[in-house]
Amino acid sequence: MSRSTRAAGALSACAIVATIALAGCGGGGDNAGQADAIKVGLITKTETNPFFVKMKIGAEAAAKADGAELMTAAGKFDGDNASQITAIENMVAAGVKGILITPSDSKAIVPAVQKARSAGVLVIALDSPTEPQEATDALFATDNFKAGELIGQYAKATMAGKPAKIATLDLAPGIAVGQLRHDGFLKGFGIQEGDPSVVCSQDTGGDQSKGQTAMENCLQKAPDINLVYTINEPAALGAYTALKAKGREKDVLIVSVDGGCVGTKAVQSGQIAATSQQYPLKMAEQGVKAVVDYGKSGTKVSGYTDTGVTLITDKPAGGVEAEDTEFGLQNCWG
Amino acid sequence: MTATITPPKPPEAAEPSLARRLLTTPTVGPLAALLLACVFFSFNSDQFLTGGNFSLIIQQVMVVGTLAIGQTLIILTAGIDLSNGAIMAFGGILMAKLAAEGTVPPLVAIALGLLVCAGFGAANGLLVTLVPLPPFIVTLGMLNVAFALTHIYSQDQTVTNLPAPLTALGETFSIGDTRVTYGSLLTILLFLLFAYLLGQTAWGKHVYALGNSPEVARLTGIRTGRLTVGVYTTAGFVYGIAALLLVSRTGVGDPQAGQTDNLDSITAVVLGGTSLFGGRGLVIGTLIGALIVGVFRNGLQLMGVASIYQTLITGILVILAVTVDQLSRRRIR
Repeated sequence: MSRSTRAAGALSACAIVATIALAGCGGGGDNAGQADAIKVGLITKTETNPFFVKMKIGAEAAAKADGAELMTAAGKFDGDNASQITAIENMVAAGVKGILITPSDSKAIVPAVQKARSAGVLVIALDSPTEPQEATDALFATDNFKAGELIGQYAKATMAGKPAKIATLDLAPGIAVGQLRHDGFLKGFGIQEGDPSVVCSQDTGGDQSKGQTAMENCLQKAPDINLVYTINEPAALGAYTALKAKGREKDVLIVSVDGGCVGTKAVQSGQIAATSQQYPLKMAEQGVKAVVDYGKSGTKVSGYTDTGVTLITDKPAGGVEAEDTEFGLQNCWG
Repeated sequence: MTATITPPKPPEAAEPSLARRLLTTPTVGPLAALLLACVFFSFNSDQFLTGGNFSLIIQQVMVVGTLAIGQTLIILTAGIDLSNGAIMAFGGILMAKLAAEGTVPPLVAIALGLLVCAGFGAANGLLVTLVPLPPFIVTLGMLNVAFALTHIYSQDQTVTNLPAPLTALGETFSIGDTRVTYGSLLTILLFLLFAYLLGQTAWGKHVYALGNSPEVARLTGIRTGRLTVGVYTTAGFVYGIAALLLVSRTGVGDPQAGQTDNLDSITAVVLGGTSLFGGRGLVIGTLIGALIVGVFRNGLQLMGVASIYQTLITGILVILAVTVDQLSRRRIR
């Protein structure tokens, strides 16, 4: 063993010498990388969710149009704060002018965002805010409360006075997007949290199979459910599958949020009654543009920009403003 | 055994022994890979070869690297630990919450976190030894236990406003113009400590012996049960240090942390040339393995390559590393 220890010692000594040597010559290289094209970073929650894929496409197109260079990174799973911090650090090291980020953990990302901003990088939150919201320079996002409110109002109008037995298939505890949509839905429907008409609430993580399991359990608990609020369309489709297995798919109203293409098609085919469509492409486009503006003129955007939300349904009700699925499919993501 | 291993002094004998040494030292390949990667990225990015960037890479690998120290110990005994990331997450949230809510003074919170992590390690070790159960199953179970406890205890809330002692390791000092965190320094010192313990002490030799053949180890008078529990407990304690590093790096207590760190730490160990079959490998190799992952992630990001390609390359490197291990084993036999 003594031989390998010696090798280990030598290797670690080399590593340390190399680090210190590099540290010594480190100062000069810091400003060497000011390239001509403005660099924009985009950090999403995951690589695979179609919502973020669409966001990336929007950012790429906008970067191309503005002659900027886009760098992208993502967490390995929804909630992966460490990877997002690493990505911020690496992008700052790469000399980006601004970073667009969909924070996985609205609070835990804040210290890293502050470091980037103090290095002179413009940081814009896309889709979901940080806590506090002022931790980033600006927020480009769907008004998630309004998205929930729209489907709440729609559900109220469609039920037309029929007593409601509601299941809410939510996201996960402690995540702002899920809470806002849920609260918006209740307000739109005209009830308070804890109202007896909400007979079942389950977390689904926005996942189809978990949505199905949650709906199955809710039906077990309260077989007479007639209105289902879902955090997103995958959860809605999971709920539909569970309802269909019980032969209940015709007489239960499902409303959702997102406006993905799969979800919008499900609205067209009647599996989902209505959905609030959001626009990730727009968030990314506007974000890239804001960073490029900052790079060129030094002006920073600030505050909250609502990127819009539209109720999509083929069975409009009670004067709640809505577009049909043809419009929805033209503007859907994923 | 020591007598035959002592390197020969005469220079004429050094040549063949060096070649053989290169072939049989599992750390040489990984080190070459790391250096090649560094050269490649230096040519492809102006920002790569700076002290600040290297300091950053070490910061970025220190949490997984420290977890991988514990993982190395366990893998050297021919075990595996799937629960280390979850244990770390629990230790981290425990330290953060106790300290932030002022239940106990910050230093006591840190000490409790370290002890609880060591306790999880001890529980793993006892189950592996006493029942006995395969390490894979024990730690798979413990992964879920620790994960659930983390979410129950934290109520899924991120803990903010931590008192200073918890984030002290995230503070920096300067070497020349480069700012280095105390956490990075601690990580490197831990690697050196365990290189010493594994290489120079009787305990280290027993760990290798246990991994090579538990039966032979027992026959030579090593108390293998006690040794195994000791290894898992030590690993648990090291996970506690990783928890403190994590908290200091992120500045918060994060209940979602560490979900892929078990596999990431195994990746670092394997990339560092340590055999998954036990008894062969160096903890310094694990540092190199962790750095390989960090260098690829950072370098590709600086080049503007999307992070999914980093995952792709890491996957290929892992398969390559295991292949090299298998082939070199066959050669030795």
